[in-house]
Amino acid sequence: MAYGEKLIDHYENPRNIGAMDKHATDVGTGLVGAPACGDVMKLQIKVSAEGIIEDAKFKTFGCGSAIASSSLVTEWVKGKTLDEAESIKNTQIAQHLALPPVKIHCSVLAEDAIKAAIADYRKKSGKPGAAHVNAEPAKVAAE
Amino acid sequence: MATKTQEGTKTVQAKEPATARNIALPIYLDYQATTPTDPRVVEAMLPYFTTKFGNPHSRNHSFGWEAEEGVETARAQIAALVGANDKEIIFTSGATESNNLAIKGVGRFYKDRRNEIVTVVTEHKCVLDACRHLEEEGFKVTYLAVKQNGLVDLDHLRQAVTDKTALVSVMAVNNEIGVVQPLKEIAAIAHEKGAFFHTDAAQAAGKIPLDVEDMHIDLMSISAHKMYGPKGIGALYVRRKPRVRLHALIHGGGQERGMRSGTLPVPLIVGFGRAAEIAKNEMAKDNERIRRLSDRLFNGINKQLKDVVLNGDREARFPGNLNLSFSYVEGESLMMGIRDIAVSSGSACTSASLEPSYVLRALGVEEEMAHTSIRFGIGRMTTEAEIDYAIETIVKHVKKLREMSPLWEMVQEGIDLKSIQWSDH
Ligand SMILES: Cc1ncc(COP(=O)(O)O)c(C=O)c1O
Ligand code: FES
Repeated sequence: MAYGEKLIDHYENPRNIGAMDKHATDVGTGLVGAPACGDVMKLQIKVSAEGIIEDAKFKTFGCGSAIASSSLVTEWVKGKTLDEAESIKNTQIAQHLALPPVKIHCSVLAEDAIKAAIADYRKKSGKPGAAHVNAEPAKVAAE
Repeated sequence: MATKTQEGTKTVQAKEPATARNIALPIYLDYQATTPTDPRVVEAMLPYFTTKFGNPHSRNHSFGWEAEEGVETARAQIAALVGANDKEIIFTSGATESNNLAIKGVGRFYKDRRNEIVTVVTEHKCVLDACRHLEEEGFKVTYLAVKQNGLVDLDHLRQAVTDKTALVSVMAVNNEIGVVQPLKEIAAIAHEKGAFFHTDAAQAAGKIPLDVEDMHIDLMSISAHKMYGPKGIGALYVRRKPRVRLHALIHGGGQERGMRSGTLPVPLIVGFGRAAEIAKNEMAKDNERIRRLSDRLFNGINKQLKDVVLNGDREARFPGNLNLSFSYVEGESLMMGIRDIAVSSGSACTSASLEPSYVLRALGVEEEMAHTSIRFGIGRMTTEAEIDYAIETIVKHVKKLREMSPLWEMVQEGIDLKSIQWSDH
């Protein structure tokens, strides 16, 4: 498959790889996808007292498009409010990276991951935001 | 399942220390998909495009005779490679057509007495699809499961073959995982019940010793482009004693003893013959090299990486095929990292259907492991320097991708991935 420059750049120089303490109250963790489907994304956000996303980290098991999509959203969410971050659409990701049609679902996963991370943060911090949440984060059982 | 390789050719610069070996990139490690045509083959073909261009079926002038001589020499060379008689070699357009001709042709001819076919779930798509078509025509087809090592369970086979079975079709060497099936034993089981035995030897001919007499093979499909010959030409071996009869798929001038009409593509056939001759003469030498390179690749990777799993039986395999699962690293993302090495993957992300390899699934390889598989194909033109470059590049990228893999992270933290309730999507 021939990929665009932006996608290759994010794949080769992924931004914000890493992990944050998932137990910290100012950190929200989203874990979406499944190994059997060939894609798992873990996206974490660190939220300031003012409700601004200060930092974001990701780890992704998936194709190049999935890695690039998650790298891109970590860049996009930084500095945004939760509501703003929650409004990011997979179509924007797909368009920015010029994803081929068969790779659209990789950008859907990135959108789900950010929503899941926000939902997790809201649940932990007890500060439910305005928007409704439709993506449930996967449960890490062995904690 | 082919990778997109970088455009053009570049040469590795000496400033990259371990790769200061002047190797041309991209490197081709996809010899199961196809092979380059050996220059000696191309040389043999050329006169048949220009001066010896006659129609081999023209009986009345020297142009025809010359072309016919080229065809018959090639037929003898191919027959010699597999221990057959010249008259038993029927030219086709490739192994896809040979498999169709064998399965549909034999099935339809014997249908009144025998309307069952036995094959295996890990066969090439063209075998499975030809069988599906026969099912629509009322045949009963048994698709045998394989053992975890990719080999057929002979006891299961014995139970599946009945005195209604017309044909047992089992491939010689698997294209995805390289395992070699026990052909002689399978033939014996088919013959016990009076069924014919067909083998798809597209990945085996010219690579491993094959002898239709010794192995009691009744029909065998061969493809030239998998053995350093040109694309678009293949053969079906059809046994004469005892005679195997079949219905033709293509009707016309009655060439190839009525089994396959159409003017023979003489240059392709001459190239196919020369490729067979080279393969026969150099098989031992080629295989020794290929085995050495295959071991070097396998050991080189395993020395530096843990959790790398070889798919398919360790012993019963053609060493030019190494199918490895790099746990916790998705195959397509790895192929993207090692872009200047052309390989294939069993990952769903590389396939149009987004389904992981059915062959790996049939071995009981977990889906998550199937997504991490890469097939390395080593062949006649592969060099040690290329293998060393491949090892280095693969190790580097697997390490990098594991650092960004949430699964690798969890496993390092001692979390059992099976204990997690993954979200559906
Ligand atoms: C095992 C096997 N059978 C059949 C084929 C089809 O061969 P051809 O390309 O000659 O039609 C292939 C090649 O893809 C193969 O690997
Ligand atoms: S993760 Fe499978 S196609 Fe992107």
